[in-house]
This record gives sequence, C-alpha cells and structure tokens, in this order.
Amino acid sequence: MDALLLEYLPILIFLGIATVLGLAFMVAAFVLAPSDPDPEKVSTYECGFNAFDDARLKFDVRFYLVAILFIIFDLEVAFLFPWIFPIFEGNIFAFWSMAVFLAVLTVGFLYEWRKGALDWE
Amino acid sequence: MLQAAAFYIFSAIAVFSALMVVFAKNPVRAVLFLILAFFSAAGLFILLGAEFLAMILVIVYVGAVAVLFLFVVMMLDIDFAELKAGFAENAIVGGAVASVLALVLVLSGFIWVDANSAQANLAAPTPEGVSNVAALGALIYDRYVLFFQLAGLVLLVAMIGAIVLTLRHRDGVKRQDMHKQVNRKREDSVEIVDVEPGEGIG
Repeated sequence: MDALLLEYLPILIFLGIATVLGLAFMVAAFVLAPSDPDPEKVSTYECGFNAFDDARLKFDVRFYLVAILFIIFDLEVAFLFPWIFPIFEGNIFAFWSMAVFLAVLTVGFLYEWRKGALDWE
Repeated sequence: MLQAAAFYIFSAIAVFSALMVVFAKNPVRAVLFLILAFFSAAGLFILLGAEFLAMILVIVYVGAVAVLFLFVVMMLDIDFAELKAGFAENAIVGGAVASVLALVLVLSGFIWVDANSAQANLAAPTPEGVSNVAALGALIYDRYVLFFQLAGLVLLVAMIGAIVLTLRHRDGVKRQDMHKQVNRKREDSVEIVDVEPGEGIG
C-alpha cells in the first residue's frame, strides 16, 4: 500500500505547490495592487456600452442533449478499461459479457442515429 | 504520517466544499465547490488504494458531469430574487421537514450496529501483486455480470430518455438526405424540350 502511495507523492507535491502558488498570487494581488474603485470602474463593461441585458439566456436544449449523450458514451468507455485484464487472461465469458453490454448500447446508438439526435439542423 | 496528513487535508476540503455547495449563494460557485469536493474525494480514493475509481471520478464526474452542471447553471435563465421570494412563507414547513430528517439521521447514528459479517465484507483489499484495475476487471465482467448488464441497461434508458424528452425537430429546416441525393435520377429533374424558333414553350 505504501509503495502505491509513494508513486503518487510527486502528484501530491505538485498539488501543494500549485495551491501555494495560486494563493500567493491572489494574496499578493490583494495586498500589493492599488485599489480605488468607483461605480464606473466596477460596473459591467460591454465594448463601451452599458450592458444590454443579462448573460443568462434561454438556450437550445439540443446542447444539453449532446452533452448527456457524451456522458453516456464516456461511461461506456470507462467500462472498457478494466476489461483488458480478463481478455488477456483468455476469459471467454468476460468477452461475451462485454459484447452483450456493447450490443445493448449499440441499440441505443442506432436509435439515436435514426432519430437524428446527432444531426444539427 | 504523510498519509494521515493527506487524509485529513483531503477530508477537510471535501467536507468544507460539500457544505459550501449547499450554502453558496451563487449557484455557479456552488458547482465549482462541487468540483472541488469531487477532486478531494478522488484524493481519498487514492489513499484507499482505489486508483481506478479516483481516475474515473476525475474523468467522468469532474470532466463531464460537473461541467454539464456548470454549463446548465450558467446558461439557465434563473431569477434569484424570484427563487428567494417564497422563503418566508415556506420556512415553517421546510424547517419541520428538515428537523424530522435530522432526527432520523441522528437516531440512526445512535442505534447503528454492524452485522456480524459486515467486517469481513468491508474493504476487501486488493490482492498482493495485482493492480487495482486488474482486480476490478477480474470481478466486474465475470462474477458481477448481472450488475454489469444492468448498468448497460440503465445507460440505454438514460440515452433513450434524453432523446425522447428533448429532441424536437423543427419544421421548415432543410436537411441533407444522402440517400435521396444519390438516388436522384436525371429524368426526374431535367427535361429536354425541342423548341421551335419564335414560339417558346407553350
């Protein structure tokens, strides 16, 4: 267990340095930078005009659909990684188990394709 | 020593950011704290020796799910004043529900007893000399094949559900239809007409 964790020690050190460096810059900017705000300086700036409206708009749900479909296939691929080990050991059952899993998701993929969910109109 | 220090730091960050997810006024900040909580949970997973789960947590949850949340929260048309408007009149009912839930949590914390076999099932360590991913791979596709296939079905249901709920084809949009294009015949669209001079096509 300790040998495993030692492999991650560089990452931990890196994380520590990144945190300290990030905080140092923020604190330095907070302490050292001159701060003299007035209403015009801190107001929202949009190419010289006052802001026309809020940044939160109604947007097409299609973006969300694409993102959800991406996550589903992301998870599918995540299942493929540990599968390598039984395959190299020649486990036929594990092979067919994954084949069925992929077949089920391929049904979904075909449905998605035929429905035109992948097309952008 | 270092291991214990890392555990306490990651746990403290995880608990703090989880609280901030609930208490942050701005939902965008809440989602950013959620991402921080996922990261610290990944650190805790590595301390437990579950490398694969840690990597999947970072790739799937931080890389995809949290970014999706952030995307939705940033883009949605939310009026915060309107959301907070009903706070006062619902405070009594909401407080009652919250205290019942808190009571249940506290009571179940006090009467919690481990089953006899629980300790044996708990945290079965990775066998010596086998990597974490290999140990998972040896179990998922073989011994727990039913759960694996059920996971596939859940993904299928999610996929079809997302399409059924959100996909709307707009009218009047010209789309490319390969099949129609390729199968188009010359006779369908072009006609040769022998026109006499000075008469035109009648």
